[in-house]
Amino acid sequence: MTAKLLVPYLTAGVTENWLDYLLAVQEAGADAVEIGLPFSDPMLDGVTIQESSDRALARGATVASILRDVRGVRDRLRVPLIAFTYANLVYRPGPAVFCRELADAGIRGLIVPDLPLDEAGEVSRAAEAAGVELTLLVAPVTPDDRLAEIVSRSRGYVYAISRMGTTGERDALASSAAALTARIRTAQQRANPDGRLPVLVGFGVSGAAQVAEAGRAGDGVVVGSALMRRVLDGATPHDLGAEVASLRAALDRCDQEDSADRTAYAEVSGHRG
Amino acid sequence: MSALMSVPVAGRFGDFGGRFVPESLVPACGALASAFAAAWADPDFRAELDDLLAVYAGRPTPLTPARTLSADLGIELLLKREDLAHTGSHKINNVLGQALLARRMGKSRLIAETGAGQHGVATATAAALLGLEATVYMGERDIERQQLNVLRMTTLGATVVPVTTGSRTLKDATNEAMRAWVADVGDAHFLLGSVGGPHPYPWMVRELQRVIGDEARRQSPYVPDVVVACVGGGSNSAGTFAGFVDTPARLVGVEAAGGAAMTAGRPGVVHGARSMVLQDAEGQVAEAESIAAGLDYPGIGPEHAHLGAVGRAEYFTVSDTEVISAVRRLARAEGIICALESAHAVAWVLREAGTPLLPTGSRVILTLSGRGDKDMATLGAVA
Repeated sequence: MTAKLLVPYLTAGVTENWLDYLLAVQEAGADAVEIGLPFSDPMLDGVTIQESSDRALARGATVASILRDVRGVRDRLRVPLIAFTYANLVYRPGPAVFCRELADAGIRGLIVPDLPLDEAGEVSRAAEAAGVELTLLVAPVTPDDRLAEIVSRSRGYVYAISRMGTTGERDALASSAAALTARIRTAQQRANPDGRLPVLVGFGVSGAAQVAEAGRAGDGVVVGSALMRRVLDGATPHDLGAEVASLRAALDRCDQEDSADRTAYAEVSGHRG
Repeated sequence: MSALMSVPVAGRFGDFGGRFVPESLVPACGALASAFAAAWADPDFRAELDDLLAVYAGRPTPLTPARTLSADLGIELLLKREDLAHTGSHKINNVLGQALLARRMGKSRLIAETGAGQHGVATATAAALLGLEATVYMGERDIERQQLNVLRMTTLGATVVPVTTGSRTLKDATNEAMRAWVADVGDAHFLLGSVGGPHPYPWMVRELQRVIGDEARRQSPYVPDVVVACVGGGSNSAGTFAGFVDTPARLVGVEAAGGAAMTAGRPGVVHGARSMVLQDAEGQVAEAESIAAGLDYPGIGPEHAHLGAVGRAEYFTVSDTEVISAVRRLARAEGIICALESAHAVAWVLREAGTPLLPTGSRVILTLSGRGDKDMATLGAVA
């Protein structure tokens, strides 16, 4: 697997110049960007994303206005965008219409945190028909058989929820993160040893140290609340770019250490990995 | 049609229901569904609950003939008196069942949302009775207008957490309670107060509230022409309807004009279930607006959405003004001060008696879901 993936999250429409933040994090080394389509009742989000969603909605941001904004900078985007939103915004226009609109705006993936495996069938089919990757989430409490099913039906990535709780910054990365990514990898190995989707670790990851730790646990990391807190506190796109650049550096350092570990292991065990 | 109000298959009521929750909550919802199914089939559990309902909650509640109103309106009106149940509303029926279940599942904490505070008070009561800890999430706006219930909850030893996001009412309190549950799903039971939320809640809460309808059916000298109850999330009406769904009685749910999910909503997904939801063209959930905090909610339980879709139940709305005069008229005619929520059902009967919707001579059973002490300040302010 190549370098660790850094996926910043931004609430779309949070400020008038939100696209400047998007472009800044791209320049700072993001591999993909999750853009939150703000919903009135973000059940799985902590205070920071609630506040940024409320702010975007109060500004009058809508799915239509956000997708229009995205189309406007399409030729300057080099990294994939993944929409993160709640089920009601998908069902109101209908999953088929919603997914086509995402695809028309050039959005590559979709994450719907209140759409678990058992309810995902219709949206999953609509996403596939529109060429959108529906990424499913795995939680620390997900049992193994269910985890295997989620891993086989997820597209784009597999999203590992690092902890039981809402999104939001914490003092430390939960120990459940590494245990969960290990279980996901085992399931992936079993299903398809030749190729597997990257495992992203998200929820409550903040700061360089936790990003590096999450990066060691998975193939990449999603950082949301920690960045949105900066935006809400008045950080400029340049400031946010600098923050993402420092996370990028931390992730790359951990990746090199990781590679060094792998090399050492390969030498000891006598085969090249 | 034969399956109406039976055990839902895969948590579905026709096109409605389901389990739209974060993956982190899916195993807990599954465990809860299994635990409730086992408990509900266990005679010992049923006996313990029935005993508590009788010796602690004061059941059966009476079915009171409303003699003056019946004469005035030209109908036969019987009132199912949930206002006389312990804590002052039907909420105690569901709460005692779920609290016993939580204890049986080894949970030490109850998490609840509340609007008018009746469900919060009932939860605090059951927690005190069974030695459990209770945390109740309540919108800041509801805390202001339901001070009495806040004091009752804290007196009972519960922690009341003000919710300051969104409309600062029941919808936001429910969001916050679900967030708290995700973070403590091992030790806490989310004691949802209505027939909404992910499977198994709509089914479980209806089963725990069906005691209202089953009792009324036994107590009534006849199968009525119309059964009527107020609907917010819809737990007292679901429990009432369950006792009459297999009779020819018409089932009528009365919503607040400002919170009329059935009448003015569209299908949507909120708080874990697909149901009817007040929302805008894009899918943002609208803020309800009702004088009755317990009906100030933009959604409704999925089984109501189904009963409405297949035509088994009818849903109407009444205005805040009609509700206020209904409280006063019932008080003066029958000597019963009912809750603003319950007064929605009364207001509909007052408005429609003698019309084609409720012809003269109709025999009506109306569930008075709660008593009105909590609303005296609100009523005083509109005098």
